[in-house]
This record gives sequence, structure tokens and C-alpha cells, in this order.
Amino acid sequence: MATLVAPSHTPRTDVACTHCGLPAIGVAQPDADAPVFCCSACATAFTMITAHGLGAYHAFGDRRLAAVRPSGRGFGDFDHEAFHERYVRVDERGMARVELALEGVHCASCIWLIERVPLLVTGVARAELDVRLNRAIVTWNPAETSLSAIARTLDALGYTPHPYRGGARADLRRREDRAMLVRIGVSGAIATNAMLAALAIYTGEFDTMDAGSMQLFRWISLGLTIPTLAWPGRIFFSSALAALRARTVHMDVPIAFALTAATLRGTINTVSGSGPIYFDGVCVLVFLLLVGRFLQARGQRAATDATEQLFALTPATARLLERDGSTTDVPADAVAVQALISVHAGETIPVDGDVEWGESLLDRAILTGESGDVQIGVGDTVYAGTLNRTAELHVRVKASGEDSRLARILAQVDESARRRAPVVLLADRLASWLVVVVLALAVATFALWVRRDAAAAWDHTIALLIATCPCALALATPLAMSAAVGRAARAGIFVKGSDALESLSRPGWLVLDKTGTLTVGETTLVHFTGDDALRPLILALEATSTHPIAAGFRRAWPGLAADPAVRVTHTIGGGVAGVVNGHHVLLGSPRFIAAQLPGSVEACLPADDGLTPVLVVVDGVIAARAGFGDAIRSDAAESLRTLRARGWRTMLLSGDTAAVSVGVGAALGFAPDEIVADASPEEKAARVQALVKAVGGGRTPPCVAMVGDGVNDAAAIAAATVGIGVHGGAEASLATADVAMTRDGLAALVALEHGARRSMRLIRLNIAWALAYNILGVSLAMSGHVTPLVAAIMMPVSSLTVVLCSWFGKPFAPETR
Amino acid sequence: MSVLYLVVPVALVIVAVALGGYVWAVRSGQMDDLETPGLRVIRDEL
Repeated sequence: MATLVAPSHTPRTDVACTHCGLPAIGVAQPDADAPVFCCSACATAFTMITAHGLGAYHAFGDRRLAAVRPSGRGFGDFDHEAFHERYVRVDERGMARVELALEGVHCASCIWLIERVPLLVTGVARAELDVRLNRAIVTWNPAETSLSAIARTLDALGYTPHPYRGGARADLRRREDRAMLVRIGVSGAIATNAMLAALAIYTGEFDTMDAGSMQLFRWISLGLTIPTLAWPGRIFFSSALAALRARTVHMDVPIAFALTAATLRGTINTVSGSGPIYFDGVCVLVFLLLVGRFLQARGQRAATDATEQLFALTPATARLLERDGSTTDVPADAVAVQALISVHAGETIPVDGDVEWGESLLDRAILTGESGDVQIGVGDTVYAGTLNRTAELHVRVKASGEDSRLARILAQVDESARRRAPVVLLADRLASWLVVVVLALAVATFALWVRRDAAAAWDHTIALLIATCPCALALATPLAMSAAVGRAARAGIFVKGSDALESLSRPGWLVLDKTGTLTVGETTLVHFTGDDALRPLILALEATSTHPIAAGFRRAWPGLAADPAVRVTHTIGGGVAGVVNGHHVLLGSPRFIAAQLPGSVEACLPADDGLTPVLVVVDGVIAARAGFGDAIRSDAAESLRTLRARGWRTMLLSGDTAAVSVGVGAALGFAPDEIVADASPEEKAARVQALVKAVGGGRTPPCVAMVGDGVNDAAAIAAATVGIGVHGGAEASLATADVAMTRDGLAALVALEHGARRSMRLIRLNIAWALAYNILGVSLAMSGHVTPLVAAIMMPVSSLTVVLCSWFGKPFAPETR
Repeated sequence: MSVLYLVVPVALVIVAVALGGYVWAVRSGQMDDLETPGLRVIRDEL
């Protein structure tokens, strides 16, 4: 081994990046006040923000602690006619309006910064962000600026924009939501006033209220009830009618019966001026049922939004190369097979095809989940959705639009989401037979009493219908669910479908992706054998490289200063060579080193440990050996042990090679037949579907949960009973998942499973309360003991019990502390 | 008790006015996003 002169290096303390607050590794700070940056993207964002007088952003304590990762796209397609036709609306004053889905939004400071885009780009009138949906509505003057300029600015700030394609559906949903809120508000206001009127009547019965006043309150109650039935309550009648026409019964049928019977009897008694009126019960019933329905709808709807976000991934336009060398932009869906298109560096490839000209690095993470870039050249096949990193490519089109591989995967996602058997919620299962029981009991009550006293038969039957109305039952599940979902969100676990929690409480299969889920997802230096004095030499050589290995070295040895390297040459797919401090340094794969230094490599090769070996040669002698791999998350083994102990069977489903997958799987206790390697996105989905089929149908099938992070997992996530997207995953997989986690690591998975069990226990408790009240109500009503006063007290109290129960039961609580 | 004939209808009119305000607020989209405005206001003064 050559004697090495230890290069002079002064270790410097790490300083925090002025923009993102992460450590700026290996950067010198000239003086205390000067800004420092961890990367050029942060520098760009910082300059842009301060130049427009928005420096206050950097004073926010809670601004995003994440390096800015702009996509670097030109966003030329955002100016294209076809794009504007689809997504941009122009109002009568000539202002254009677009809805953009943004990546990377998550805090109050993000809102502040994004809504100040009008200050950054002249010509932008307004930018409004919905932080929950990660969508911004931007209004601008097309005469003053272009949409691509706005998109580039958002991108430079770290919020990569995509056109939001679900505009029409979102508008429809917004209208439905507003209509429901109006109904709830109207019925709520009426219900409280009807109760006040009823209070006057009930107290009046004990006291001496004159007949005129009594009659006044009766008529007022009637006057309040008619609008509540005609407007907010109408949905129960139309839904019950639809059910009867389809010759089925559901919860709305007895509700409609109860409302009709009680209102009719109440009206007769009001006109005749004697007897109970029931109107307060009717109004409260309508209000509480609407609230339950709204909560339930909101919980379930988030899950159906799933696939919309996916379609933002493919670019809308392609640059067609004509024979004479000129280019025209055409919508990507309309590119003919065999046409030749050009894709610039930094652009997403819009079609599937073969490279006809050019060499570049391709980021295929969207399809394969691989973290590194891949070298491609003439003759290689490229797929739509992958990102062209470094140089222009000419691509001969093989498939475009809906025939592309990405579109087929997305279609599969959509299909599996649709085909997924709806989970029959516990409350719904109970309700279906409760309906029949209640109707039968009502008939029995009437038959029992009618021989003795026709008027009493009416009153007792109505009392039964009101007392057994599935009010508390209808509230039991949605309330407990929304309480659980709210608490989970505060713990960094976002549950989108309320059925997800119920499914997760039935352990079945837990299928896990490897890269990014069980492992950290980035290339990490696992071992290094060699003199420490070599480190600065290696860092010098790798200082400017974007290769994952280079980044791995830099992350492993932060804060080490490196002297500049000269005469650096990169061999793509091989290694790097250069001169540092007079030493010839060579670094690369064994194959690359063997080509440079024949005969000396074999002895140094490590056993096949699933790691990527890197050799370092200094002045002609192999001086050091490094192994790179993807480190397993520190909490993975413990979390998996806990979950297995709770009855889950686990499976590792990876797109990575067998050697690496088995290595990780064995370390985490997966049995050999529970490890599937080399799985394509399509295969992953098929595996999960097979598992779902294997666990069987029935009303309460065990859960098959898929945990993943990449677009390559999206189809599998959608195919599973419950799909879970982990922290740092692609937006697409987070979008299709039923549960998205913003906390790092697998501990969140354990918390989720635990929380799901506790939520279900809470729901069962709620349902038990509601049923107990119903049984009590039935027995009292049938024996003729339910006066309107008792009914008026019992109904709100039963609902209140359920509300309090949901409020004080605390699923996900241990994790929030 | 004849004052009730005046007071109760007046109360109902007040309710109707408040309800009208609520319906207007919902229809103009003020209830669409209950999260962002709350966060927005924290930063406006800086």
C-alpha cells in the first residue's frame, strides 16, 4: 500500500441551512451573518424570497424543515393550448384561473409563502391554498405572465405543481357538502325551537297554562315541523321510497314510517286541540340523523378521491419532431405510434417508446421504486412518467395515452379500488335486521292495543317508532370514527376511509414493501475498510457528483473538508478517477477497477452480502473497500415482532433483487416463503389480490394490509383491503392509500393497529349503549309507559351518551402524549 | 299571557334571519375549508 501523506483538513462544525434549517454539510460560513445553504435549490429559493421582501418567512419557527427539491422542469406544457383548454378557466375580465395540486405543502408557513406568490410573480392576482387538500387556486392575468412562469416559481420554492384533473368532480362534491350543511343548519335551528315549544307545553301540563297559549305552541310546533320535513327531511322519504321500489328495506324505511306516523297523529291532535303532538321528537330526529349521515359521508368520501391525484403524473403535452427538424407541441394522448418526439433534460417522458438518439440518465422511481438513476442510450425502452435527467433524447413512440404502461398501471389502481368489496360496517349489519325487528314490533304493538283502545294503540305505536329510531345507532359509528380519525391525524396518521379502521382490527396479512418502508430508502455506507486518511480524498473526488454512491459518502462523513480534485473523469456505470493532492485516486465498482488494474481485484472482493461493493485505488494500489446498502429502519424489527405477536402474518414484497430482499427479509424474521423479490408493479398488485382472495370473503374477512411508499406500490395498495402509504413516499401512493402516515418509521404502523382496535372497542361500546336504549324504549313503549315526555327525554339522552362516549374514549391517545 | 302572541313570532323571525345568514355563509363557500383560514391568520401580521 502506498504511504499516504495525510492531507491537511480542518473539520468544520456543521451550520444550518439558512433556508431549510437542515445541516449544510461541508459548507464554510464566511461570517456569522452570511446565509449558508445545503444545496443550490435552497439558495435559489432564499434569493427569490428575500429579493421580494418576504424575508419574514425565514423568521418563522415552524417553517418546513426539508431541503427544497425542485423538479427542475421547464413547465412549457403549462402554456400549451391543450393544457389551457382542459384546466384553465378564463373569466369575463380576462383573468385566468387554474387549480393546481401541490407537492410538499404541510404547515402554516407554507400557506403564507404560497399565498404570496402574487408578490413574486407580477401578473398573478391571487393564490389561495387549501392546506387540507394540498390544492392551490391561482388567478392571473394572461397578458402579464404565463402559467409556466408561475409553475416554475412554485417549483423553485419546493412546491412542485401538477394540474388538478378532478375539477368537475370536486365542484360537484363541494355543492353536495354545502347542501348538506344547509340542511343540517336548518334542521338544527328548527329542532331547538321545536324543543323550546315542547318545553313550554310539557311544563304547561303540570302548571296551569291557559288553553289558548297551549294551542299557540301546538300550532307553532306544527308550523316548524312542516318545513323541516319538506326541506331537510325530504331525503329520508325519497330514499325510503327508492328502497321500497327496489323491494328492499334499510334504515330509512322505519325512519320515514316514524316521521309520517308521528306527524300525522300530531297534526290530528293539534287540530282537535288535545293529546300529544310528537313534533319535537320529529324535528330532533331529522337533525341528529342528518348529522350522523354527514359525518359518515365525509369519512368515506376521502377514500374515493384516491386516484384523482395520480393523473397529474403524466405530462399533458409531447414535443413532436417533424422531418424538417422543426418541433410542434401536441397533446400527449394524441401522439401517433411511430412518431418521433424530443424530450429535453429535466422533462418527464410523455409516452412509451424506444430511444432513437441521445444518451441520458433516467429516473424510473415512479415505475420501479429504484432510488438511483439509470443510464440509458440508443435502443433502450423508456416509459411515460419517468424523468429524463441530464440530456435531450429522441424517442420513437410505441404507445401513448391510455396504452402507456403508466396509464395501464393507473387504470389497474382505479379498477382495484372500484372492485374492492365494500366493507360492511358493523353498524350497517346491525341496522339491516334492526329495521325488520322494529317494523315487526310496531305491528305487534298496534295489534296488542287496538282491541282495548284504538287511540292508545296509535300513541303506543308511534312512541315505539320514535323511541326505537336508530338515532343513537346511526351516530354511534360515525362519531366514534371521526373522533378516532381526528386523534390519529394529530398523531401523524391520516386515515381516509372509515372502514379502514374496522378492517385493521381484524388481523390477517401484512404485506410490506422493502425499499423506503422497511429500509431507509437511500444508499447508505454500511462498512468501510481502509485508512481514515483516505476519507478526504474520496470526498474530494465525489464532491460534485450526483451519483447516489457519492451522496452516500457525503452523508456518511459530514463536516469533513475536502481539497479540490483535478482532472476528474466520470465513467457512467463504472466509477470516477481524478487527482487529489498529487495522488491518483480511482474509485468505482470492482468491474471498473478490474478494467483499470487487471489481476488485483479478485482478492479484495467481499463475500456476496447483498451490498454494492466500491473499491478505492490510490496511486495504483487498492487502498480501501466500501460496501453500500439500504439500511434497515431502526424500529422495523421491534415493530414487526409486536405486530406478529398480535396475530398478523407478514410478507415482504419487493421490486429489488433476490439477494438484497432475502438479506433484509432474513434479518427481520421473514420466513423464506414470505419473501417475494423482483416483483413488478403489476405482479405486486396480483400478489395482493391473490392474498385478499385467499383470506376469503364473508362478512368479516381478515384484513390484508399493504404498506408501501412508491408509485410502484400504488396498484398493490389499492388492491389491498387497507392500503397504507408510509412517510416520504411518492404522492401517488399516499393518494391511493386508505391510511397515510407522516411519521417516520414502522412504529406508526403499530400505533395505527393499536388505535384501530381501540376504535372498534369504542364503536362496540357505543352500539351497545344505543341498543340498550332501544330495548328499554321498546319494552316501555309496548307496555304503554312511554309518554311523549319520556320519549322527548330518552331520545336526546341516548344520543348524548353516544356523543360523550366518543368524546372521552381515546383511541390513539397513548401516542399523542 | 297574550304577550306570547307577539314575542314568540318575533323570536321565530330572529331565528329565520340568523338561519338566512348561515345559509348565505355556506352557499358562499365559507364552510368549505375550515382549516386554512385558521392557519392563515397566524401569519398575516408578520
